[in-house]
Amino acid sequence: MEKRMIVGALGLAVVAVFLLFSIVLIHPFGEPGEVQMDDYIITHTQNETGTNNGVTSVVFDFRGFDTLGEATILFSAVAGVLLFFRRIRP
Amino acid sequence: MSEMTKIVKTTANILFPFTMIFGLYVIAHGHLTPGGGFQGGAIVVSGCALLLVAYGSSWVFDRIKDKRLVTFESMGAIGFIMLAFLGLVFSAVFFGNFLAGSGTLFGTTPATGSTLADFNTGGILPLMNFAVGLKVIAGLFVIVLVMAYASSAKEWG
Repeated sequence: MEKRMIVGALGLAVVAVFLLFSIVLIHPFGEPGEVQMDDYIITHTQNETGTNNGVTSVVFDFRGFDTLGEATILFSAVAGVLLFFRRIRP
Repeated sequence: MSEMTKIVKTTANILFPFTMIFGLYVIAHGHLTPGGGFQGGAIVVSGCALLLVAYGSSWVFDRIKDKRLVTFESMGAIGFIMLAFLGLVFSAVFFGNFLAGSGTLFGTTPATGSTLADFNTGGILPLMNFAVGLKVIAGLFVIVLVMAYASSAKEWG
């Protein structure tokens, strides 16, 4: 029990140090660090994807691979739930 | 989950079509207004969950087969992947938007700047919204349906 407490306290301390660093080093609100990619997406969305909705163009076009992973997560969630609950019949 | 009183059923009957229309609108206009396949699918499934609560899970389970819902979910996933590979075939990039600016289906390019919404824009984005919407509707509804049915079953085995 004592060992587990010590290990847990150490892990918590490491996480707390990283969180403190992230609080100190975070960008101030409204001033992002690298804006090249944002500007590119804002100016080229209508020409390259033909969409007025920039968010959808990022989700399905510029970052389509991310959405593929999201769909995979949903698929595996459905597969897992059906694996557990499908055998139950009255 | 057993069925509830007549008041709840009547309220669900009134609210269900509006929820369906709103969810399908959010899916269909995903490339013009905020929202998209995931969000609109979640709205549609919330309407189906309302039906599930009001009428009981065995009532819904008698009318909708979970195998069919799983087939729809796989169809949505296959459509999404097929669109991505069609982008690989026609524009040499995985997830390439080969329909944008082509002048055919969803091929109109809007003018730069703030313009009026034209439904015939976006290239493959509306098609991907439809595929993801189908996938989310079927997937989330089969999760809700099967879990509600399992919670109402008498014995486990």
